[in-house]
Amino acid sequence: MSQIRAEPMLRARGVNKSYGALKVLLDVDFQVAAGEAVGIVGPNGAGKTTLFGALAGSFPITSGEIYLQGQNLAGTSSGERCRMGLARTYQVPRPFLGMTVFENVHVAGMSGAGLSSADAAAEGADILRDTGLLALANRPTAALGLLDRKRLEVARALATKPHVILLDEIGGGLTEAELGALVDLIRQLQASGMTVVWIEHILHALLRVVTRLVCMAEGRVLAEGNPREVMAHPEVQRAYLGSSPE
Amino acid sequence: MLEALIQGILLGGYYAVLAAGLSLMFGVVRFINLAHGDMAVLGAMIALWFVQGVGLSVSLAIAVTLPAMAALGWLMQRLIFERALRGGFLIPILTTIGLGAALQNGMFGLFGSETKSLGAHIGGLSWASWELPGGIFLGQLPVYMFLTAIVVLGTLHLVLTRTAFGRAVRATATDADAAALCGIDARRVHRGAAAIAVALAGLAGIFLALRAQVTPFAGPMLLIFAFEAVVIGGIGSLRGTLLGGIALGVAQALGGLISPQFSILAGHVVFLTVLGWRMSQVAAADRGGWRSAYAALILKHKTAGGKR
Repeated sequence: MSQIRAEPMLRARGVNKSYGALKVLLDVDFQVAAGEAVGIVGPNGAGKTTLFGALAGSFPITSGEIYLQGQNLAGTSSGERCRMGLARTYQVPRPFLGMTVFENVHVAGMSGAGLSSADAAAEGADILRDTGLLALANRPTAALGLLDRKRLEVARALATKPHVILLDEIGGGLTEAELGALVDLIRQLQASGMTVVWIEHILHALLRVVTRLVCMAEGRVLAEGNPREVMAHPEVQRAYLGSSPE
Repeated sequence: MLEALIQGILLGGYYAVLAAGLSLMFGVVRFINLAHGDMAVLGAMIALWFVQGVGLSVSLAIAVTLPAMAALGWLMQRLIFERALRGGFLIPILTTIGLGAALQNGMFGLFGSETKSLGAHIGGLSWASWELPGGIFLGQLPVYMFLTAIVVLGTLHLVLTRTAFGRAVRATATDADAAALCGIDARRVHRGAAAIAVALAGLAGIFLALRAQVTPFAGPMLLIFAFEAVVIGGIGSLRGTLLGGIALGVAQALGGLISPQFSILAGHVVFLTVLGWRMSQVAAADRGGWRSAYAALILKHKTAGGKR
């Protein structure tokens, strides 16, 4: 029972999720070490976003266990998981419309990171600067374009001061330059010690950040490991070529 | 005519307070409380009991009743509404219909069926008035009630826009899942909102008992007035609710000029006109017919935050 070997930051063991007869996740094992950056790829319908939902506690899983820093998350709500240091962004940004950019980040800092109003304001300003949103701080979120909404999605997740951030296709729909800025930001986060799990279809962006790749298809983990080896894996090739590209 | 208009505006403050709780519950908790009117009557009955049974002064009775109503709202959310909400769309509606029936008959059993009023306990205030130039009489009680309504709704507006709790409420109202992912405890927000909503209902019930009388079975009519004010003013905006309440009050007062029976009907007509207009607005935008217009109207927040 040696505790010398570090616990994985986030670990899923034998996770299943079904909606009635439809099995969306099948015995998924998945883990990320502290400070690691892992990419998740796979064709549409592979269960990638569902895995994020399961990890973040957006819905109850059918069976299996999920641990954050060695602690079993069974029975914890998504709000509790957030306060424990697990943040997640949505593929389609879901800002709090009717609130300003700053208010979005501020509320996340107070509720998610447990900061006082003043601290959440100061930290929020830093995060808005890092994510390139400071000039838009007092804009209503409804007025933001897609890139800024995606930035806000990341900023709001960062405001909760997570140990792990789950990024769901934040690169889609961006220009090359915008994508480059986003990649720089995520590399910065990882360099500061944050654990990153990133679902992304845009492989060249993903491969600039992650050191390990997990490929999913039909609710299972198909292959994982070194990114180039995973992409060269015959089953991965078949899964990609066998389905229509988006 | 001018007098009726002023009376209508003053009456609007009462309707706005009555409607604000319903709107808050729907906007934040996504819960239509069909017992809202009965809660208002309950607030009035509790205040009446403190005055007539315990012997408190009216202002002291109000000061005790409102926190009690807030606590009741918190408890109801905790014990009843939370469970009902997990049951899908129909269960909350059935639950609050049942709750309303239980409240009505419970109050009937406890307090009897006769009409009651706080009017007798506030001395001259119930009829005192100021005479304005032009021979217009302005009742003091309606003015005080209107001012109270403005202060209460204004304070609530400040709480929602300026405080941490208010931001959490607005975040949860916009997108409860995303709010949870930001660490916001939706249950706490919902309980807080329910406490405020039921306290507001209680205040409205007390207003009614001050200016007129209440019976245990007055709730459903109050619910209809609250709904009308919410629909006229638009869901999710306190300013809208205030304007909706005033529009309803003015319509009733002006309708009352034609004939006393026309008073309430005039309110209904304004409500139906606004509802029809709102639906046509949405329908024209969507070109999807009344069905999608209705859906868009009811789920306004959802579609606004949906996929783009």
